[in-house]
Amino acid sequence: MIRNYFKVLLYDLTLRKGTFIKVDGREEVAGGSGLAALLFNKYCNIKDNWDSPEQSIIFTIGPLTGYFPLMSKTVCAFKSPYHNQYAESHGGGRSALCMRFADIDGIVITGKANRPSCLFIGSRNLELREVHYLWGMDVQVTGKILRNMFRGSGHRSILRIGPAGENLSPMACINVDTYRHFGRLGSGAVMGSKNLKAIVIQGDGNFSLVENKDYPKLFHDVFKQLTTTEMMSKYHNLGTTENVAVLNEFKSLPCKNLQNTSDSEIKGITGETFANDALLRNAACAGCPVGCIHIGFVREKFMEENQYLYRQVSYDHEPVFASGSMLGVKNCFSVLSIIDAAEKMGLDIMSSGVALAWATEAFEKGIITVKETIIPLSFGNAQSYKEAMFYLATGANDFYKTLSQGTMNAALKYKGEDFACVLGQEMAGYATGEVFFTSQALGLRHSHLDSAGYSYDLKHNDKNIEKAIEFLLNDEKARVFLTSMVSCLFARNVYTNELLKDCLSVIGYKNIADNIEKISVEIQKLRWKTRISTGYDPENIKIPKRFFEIITSKGPIDAVFLNSLTQEYSRRIMSLVQE
Amino acid sequence: MERCIGCHSCSLACARLVHRKLSWDTAGIRIASSGGLSTGFEAKNCLACNPAPCVLACPTGAYSQRKGGGVIVRKSLCILCGECAKACPVDAIYLDPSGEPFVCIHCGRCVNFCPHNCLEMKEIVASDNNENLTENQK
Repeated sequence: MIRNYFKVLLYDLTLRKGTFIKVDGREEVAGGSGLAALLFNKYCNIKDNWDSPEQSIIFTIGPLTGYFPLMSKTVCAFKSPYHNQYAESHGGGRSALCMRFADIDGIVITGKANRPSCLFIGSRNLELREVHYLWGMDVQVTGKILRNMFRGSGHRSILRIGPAGENLSPMACINVDTYRHFGRLGSGAVMGSKNLKAIVIQGDGNFSLVENKDYPKLFHDVFKQLTTTEMMSKYHNLGTTENVAVLNEFKSLPCKNLQNTSDSEIKGITGETFANDALLRNAACAGCPVGCIHIGFVREKFMEENQYLYRQVSYDHEPVFASGSMLGVKNCFSVLSIIDAAEKMGLDIMSSGVALAWATEAFEKGIITVKETIIPLSFGNAQSYKEAMFYLATGANDFYKTLSQGTMNAALKYKGEDFACVLGQEMAGYATGEVFFTSQALGLRHSHLDSAGYSYDLKHNDKNIEKAIEFLLNDEKARVFLTSMVSCLFARNVYTNELLKDCLSVIGYKNIADNIEKISVEIQKLRWKTRISTGYDPENIKIPKRFFEIITSKGPIDAVFLNSLTQEYSRRIMSLVQE
Repeated sequence: MERCIGCHSCSLACARLVHRKLSWDTAGIRIASSGGLSTGFEAKNCLACNPAPCVLACPTGAYSQRKGGGVIVRKSLCILCGECAKACPVDAIYLDPSGEPFVCIHCGRCVNFCPHNCLEMKEIVASDNNENLTENQK
């Protein structure tokens, strides 16, 4: 629906009532990331803790959602249990198109349900249903039951949490439609704190299109570009898991808690091995013809006499790094079984995998013992990691409770911060060098998706601080406009500002189309202002010693360069807000 | 359809190009998961019955049998009673909130938008013997 304002659902779980309101600002913040920050400032309390019932969890889509291919993501914003500051996480599945067809630009959920509940939203319905019997159930079982409880198969999105979210772990994700997630920074715990087990969004509306031939023609052109370029081979063929072998070759793959950056026995978990041995099929987010979701299988013998069960598990580079190379697990089926264990618990696999990698090294060093870990942890032992995922999600003892609050939290308590692989949050799967470490440590989402620092590391040998920081800031600015549309970032090379201008114009957002640069700058500032207002201080973010000890294909990490980068990036972020 | 990845590009194309809508419902082909995402997808579309139960059920003659397969719908005759959708044995007819029916017209415009070649357009020569063949075999 084209409109010069935002249609936002405000739902109060305490009162069990929701209202639809008009929010101004379409031409200033566009939607998605921009809208999320705008709504956070309106409907969240900057000072209160993340788990106060007064806080909100926010979901937004953008002006191009559903109108063009790969405009298929939803932005989730909240005050994070990880650092009690503003956070943004992005998810796909059917969530974005369901919000589009439910005719909602943004959802703001406040309050706290008195019992575990599921919020059901559609274009003609709004219901809070009590589901206490689902509390404690894993993500998969919850999804199966909800499918039978609510109508709209195929055209609905089911967002739910597992035990990790119920136990308020900052590593808890929100599972979206089985194979996608709002993964990082603990959005699942925010739902848990609100007694909100699930949200079902039914995309049951439709809209008339503008009567012109230009829109279908442009759609077709974009569709062709996205399905005939390298996009398809890169993301559709092996998928992001292709990076495992590439990064290993460049000595940039975090292995065994980043004690190494390559492994001579990596072959068992490369994209090629997954494709040959474990890949069942591909799947897609709704509205995306690329179909990057790769689904493998786990087969378990549960009784003698050849009685097996199987489950389907999606994989990507990040989960494979976090549950594979980082844990010294080098068999693709073992990796899938660890991902599966984290999925069921509703844990973010990146955060939890890196946390267990730290715990393993701490165990090996004798800093912690089985008194803390319950079971012995050793690199390569997949079975112990599957069990540990359960302990982590349920907070089985003081140690796992502490670890589930963040790896650095445990490292500070048990001593071992030098080898905690934390860059703002648990590291992503790129040990490429100084620019990426700076980018993740200080980036707004502490994500490899904030900007392409990893790519910059691989392509540049110079140590030009000014150039590198300029790249990070400009790349972030371009990305925040894309994530305000809301595009999948895999399409970033196709959706240039020129093409976005055409897309916005043809469906009727002329003013946004004519001011992309200006709006991008404003959104970038707004997001940073929001983060800083909740307590972000780059001075408090330290890069642990381990990151200074590694060797990549470019040689040892240059500590002077890395420190200079973090200082300059901090300065530029803070001055961005003061401009 | 075993190749389907659930991107809904076919439904969106039909709604956009045939019905001038932004929708995945008001389309002649709709995609649903066949019992959850882990079990793959199924397409709901007209299988070109002959005789077509929707034609027999339509009280105004808005629906008529199309030679070679499928049906022709004259929207000007439709009174939005929904009997067509009730009669369809495979849930291929979608009624929007106002009751307007949407069904496949076998034009094949969805085919080019399927990235996995699940859809194929076949020309069928209409004759007395093959009236029950489908033009657009999924």
